[in-house]
Amino acid sequence: MDKVQLLLTLAAALFALGLLGVTVRRNLLVMLMCMELALNGANLALVTFAHQMGEAVGAVLVFLIFVVAAAEIAIAIPIVLLLVRRKRTLDPGAYSDLRG
Amino acid sequence: MIDTLLANLDTLLLYVFALCAFAGAALMIVLRQPMRVALALISTMIFLGGIYGLLGVHFIAAFQVLIYVGAVMVFMVYVIMLLDVRDPAVRRRYSKLLLPGLVAFALLIGVLAYAVWNALPAASRTAGSEGFGLQLFATTFLNAYWLHFELTSVLLLAAVVAAIAVIRAGARRDG
Repeated sequence: MDKVQLLLTLAAALFALGLLGVTVRRNLLVMLMCMELALNGANLALVTFAHQMGEAVGAVLVFLIFVVAAAEIAIAIPIVLLLVRRKRTLDPGAYSDLRG
Repeated sequence: MIDTLLANLDTLLLYVFALCAFAGAALMIVLRQPMRVALALISTMIFLGGIYGLLGVHFIAAFQVLIYVGAVMVFMVYVIMLLDVRDPAVRRRYSKLLLPGLVAFALLIGVLAYAVWNALPAASRTAGSEGFGLQLFATTFLNAYWLHFELTSVLLLAAVVAAIAVIRAGARRDG
């Protein structure tokens, strides 16, 4: 198997597993971690393409994704903590009374 | 035998790292305790850092370990330790969406694998570049993409302000 194909297959698998985790898991923190996994899959695809083309544009995008991931976690964790303080559970099904 | 192994050590390590990263990602879906899920994600990220190092983009590998494992996941592990493990969300792993989620997963992985294996052949065969160094990355980043670089600082500032606002809103409601 070709190296690029192996890495792109791995990237697709990581992204799909992250999406699966966000959909099926019953724990807000685990869902957040699965979102990070999907971001990592996208990063791997970008690095693979940058390596294949010999251009640095993909690596620049990976850098920006690092910053976005850090900002996302910095916002998401306080929101999760506030939700847990309100209802004492991490189950997203408990918050279905939030309309909209 | 040993000589051919050593000659192809890069490829062998790439396969091993890819397999380990996939195993960690699969464990994330199966494991029950959030702390174990976090450790599986950390191992996946470290193996991905190894793959980046093998590809020759060492600075991305370093930042993968520094930012993702060192900052994001340490933050996540602290929060997991803060929360109650007797939560019913920990005891029951999967929500009602298990079946639709699996169907969507199968469809997505099928489409992506089809795209990777069939729609890509011409481009991937021309691969032969040796990657690029930190110098090319730095000049590209700060010449062509300086606006994006500045915008990330605005994004980080907005994130800090938003985090403080969220915390203060919660404290006012409780007090």
